[in-house]
Amino acid sequence: MSAGDMMRGATTKRTKTDGESLRDVRELRAVAASVLRLAKLRGVKETEVHVEEVVDALTRFANNAIHQNMAERGLTVSIRTVVDGRTARVTTNRVEEDALRAALENSLALAASQPKDSHLLPLPDKQKYRTLQRFIPATAKLTAEERARAVKRACDLAERNGQVAAGIFESGQSQTVLCNSRGLFATYRQTQAEFSVTMQHGGATSWAKANAADVRAINPIALARTASEKAERARNPVQLDPGRYTVILEPAAVLDLVGFLFYDFAATAVEDKRSCFSGRLGKTLFGKNITITDDVYHPEQLGPQFDGEGQPRKRVVLVDSGVLRNLVYSRRSAKVARTNPTGHGFALPNEYGEAPMNLVIGGGDSSLEEMIRTTDRGLLVTRLWYIREVDPYEKIMTGMTRDGLYLVEKGKVSRAARNFRFNQSILEMLRNVELLGAAHRASGEESMEMVVPPMKIRGFQFSEVTKF
Amino acid sequence: MTCPLVLVSTMWEYCGHSLEVARLRGATYADVRVMHMRQRNLTTKNGQVGTLGQSESLGLGIRVIASGAWGFASTDVLTREGVAACAAQAVAIAKASALAKKKDVELAPEATYVDSWQSPFVKDPFEMPLETQLDLLLAADEAMRRVKGVTLTETDMQFRKVDTWFASSEGSKIHQRRVVSGCGIVATCFQGDAIQKRSYPNSFGGQHVLGGYELIDSLDLLKHAPRVAEEAVALHGAAQCPERTGTLILGASQLGLQIHESIGHPIELDRVLGQEANFAGTSFLTLDQLHHLRYASPIVNVVADARIAHGPGLGTFAYDDEGVPAQRIDIIKSGEFCGYLSSRETAHLIGLDRSGGTVRTEGWNRLPMIRMTNVSILPGPWILENLIADTDEGILMETNRSWSIDDRRYQFQFSTEIAWEIQGGKKTRLLKNPSYSGITTEFWNSCDAICNDDHWLLWGTPNCGKGQPMQTMGTGHGASPARFRNVKIGTAFSDE
Repeated sequence: MSAGDMMRGATTKRTKTDGESLRDVRELRAVAASVLRLAKLRGVKETEVHVEEVVDALTRFANNAIHQNMAERGLTVSIRTVVDGRTARVTTNRVEEDALRAALENSLALAASQPKDSHLLPLPDKQKYRTLQRFIPATAKLTAEERARAVKRACDLAERNGQVAAGIFESGQSQTVLCNSRGLFATYRQTQAEFSVTMQHGGATSWAKANAADVRAINPIALARTASEKAERARNPVQLDPGRYTVILEPAAVLDLVGFLFYDFAATAVEDKRSCFSGRLGKTLFGKNITITDDVYHPEQLGPQFDGEGQPRKRVVLVDSGVLRNLVYSRRSAKVARTNPTGHGFALPNEYGEAPMNLVIGGGDSSLEEMIRTTDRGLLVTRLWYIREVDPYEKIMTGMTRDGLYLVEKGKVSRAARNFRFNQSILEMLRNVELLGAAHRASGEESMEMVVPPMKIRGFQFSEVTKF
Repeated sequence: MTCPLVLVSTMWEYCGHSLEVARLRGATYADVRVMHMRQRNLTTKNGQVGTLGQSESLGLGIRVIASGAWGFASTDVLTREGVAACAAQAVAIAKASALAKKKDVELAPEATYVDSWQSPFVKDPFEMPLETQLDLLLAADEAMRRVKGVTLTETDMQFRKVDTWFASSEGSKIHQRRVVSGCGIVATCFQGDAIQKRSYPNSFGGQHVLGGYELIDSLDLLKHAPRVAEEAVALHGAAQCPERTGTLILGASQLGLQIHESIGHPIELDRVLGQEANFAGTSFLTLDQLHHLRYASPIVNVVADARIAHGPGLGTFAYDDEGVPAQRIDIIKSGEFCGYLSSRETAHLIGLDRSGGTVRTEGWNRLPMIRMTNVSILPGPWILENLIADTDEGILMETNRSWSIDDRRYQFQFSTEIAWEIQGGKKTRLLKNPSYSGITTEFWNSCDAICNDDHWLLWGTPNCGKGQPMQTMGTGHGASPARFRNVKIGTAFSDE
């Protein structure tokens, strides 16, 4: 029986219509083994196979009702061959033997069509990995009915408060097998759930969101209640003059802005002179209260313990008490820099190299309440929106506040304010952090999930105001 | 590109079988898309091949109405059992949706169609030697690297070929094949404490059209490569773009993105109705604004046109993903706001008896939703040289560097890669770090000149994100250079 037959047979046995499960990982291993066997028969000395499966469902609501509701399942097989200093990748979602053979042949043809790359490394050997348990059955088993009931409770709350709710409730699971012809074998699976809610009260809005491996760590009605209370407080906003303000950034706002630094920490980006850290390694760039680590093993993080080539991910202290100490390295960039890879490489071939995918910004002993209490005049920011880079070296970012901007006066939230556009250097901002709260996993819309604290920052620059 | 056979008859069989299972399970309406998507990505960086990859994805997505609510499921298990399970799951999800519904979904009527259509192209990029494509990119890369001071060179080509078999429970059966090509080059210069960049023919991936390799032939990369590299270096010696309120002339590609952000998104009816409130946002174009709002100055006319007659845009097709034929919709006529982008579900809310045909999906595993087609400004009478000669004092900005707009699409800020000062009707000194900002309707009402058909090009925006889960879609924006008065310039770099 071929790997394709095995997978078709396994799939036809499923009769459930939701809360679907991943395939047995042995099925994915069988597909990978088929590719390696076909490659060996073809005389290919170096082959890498990456088999990935996703089962996901997302319930979407707006105007206090579900308006979109979807489920997906899919599997991809990605094959990379290395022949005589040349490499190429071909990906397919077809697992029949003739489809795998065709993908292999395409990879060989693509690889052969390019000039030799003298910097190309041979495939890595077998590696050892730490075990990560991030697959939570309660998340995997969540059904469309359960998601719908949670959404209904949020919508009912909105109606009771004269508000309109919109958002998502998502639950999913994924697994991956990465192996190569040198005996490397890595596997990982996880679940992930997310609830996000926007409450609209006339023209005023607010928002709350959570994301976790374990759906039981997410409390949809509590999030809806938070968004509802903040939307009520967001009514009748005052128009303030643009300028520099003390801001209190909630974790989502910190995440979405500081998350834009992630690629700057790549050694390849520094080598290419497109990083804001080019020429700045070892220098004090931020305040002493800023420490940034990349740590896939942090208990609130998600993601595999290996990178796109199968290198084990290491915990890397990137910024230590304001000093830029380290970058992250793929095998190739590590060789260029004569150091060791940190396990942050993207799947090859690519031109970007690597990036830290699990940033953790060290927190402090303050709290949002204390930040507000100690602010004579400032702004409390719920989240930021449409953030884009204006200047790559000074890392000036522009964007808008969204879903709840509040004026803080004499230690209290006094009223809502109209949304501002900001043009702010992240480098400058992280030199002006006055207080940090406890760091936890946060979820925004502009950057990937990270572990971040709320921050109180002086002199944050708002340049223009919008109409709401 | 070698592909195992995709049997057309089998694709239709999967469509038919899933529709039948959906009906038996209680769906009152269903539509299904089987999609076979092929993609090739090539990049170079500093004279070396970067990305070199191809992908293929084949699967089925089915959307149903059951118990008056929507459900959608997708699968890559293309067997009779696999698609049947997928259809059953879609119906079960629809019934779960009904637990939190306000009213039954209603669809605007649409005729049924049995048709097959292929987008026009001359050279199939998947059927030509890869070496030819790589050789050109490497030659362009080298031509940029020859310019002293350049610190990073990048090039890219992307090709997509997508076959869609659409069938609905109402009887439509439509096959479409769309071929899309894109290409661009970038030179970057890091000097002192600044990074400057120039791109051709556009930034963020270049130009993208519905067509074949003939696009790349037409771009003449080798001619433009030294120029963009020289400009990237020259920008370091240029004056900072001043901060002031004044006259602005936008190049065509930047105007295309301005249209995308400040016209294309606000006219999406799903946003207007609050369906995107949690993520992409809503719109200032509430329903009471239709036929009342003076959106722009009287010289401004904007259409949303998905027909091939409009050009080979990323928003060009024969039928949308609800099986509705491509149409041309007036959006702004002589400055007045007069149309939204609609779907079969939303058309009746603005008094239409038929969808505007703008619903599309990224792939077989995503729900179709309202997307921009080709949202274009119609050309005016001006020749660019005459427009510059007619401008006493102003700034000409070209090629987008950053873009941002609030979640109701009022307040925006754009920056571009390069600008030139205009003094006394002449293009004079080079300016670096240009930016401008404004309020959508104030900006469009300040437009007093639009260049003619000779300067008009249908630009492709390949990376428009919307929806949850996020879907990336290509949209088209026909534009020619245009002039705007009393625009706030230079705010992005202001320190006040």
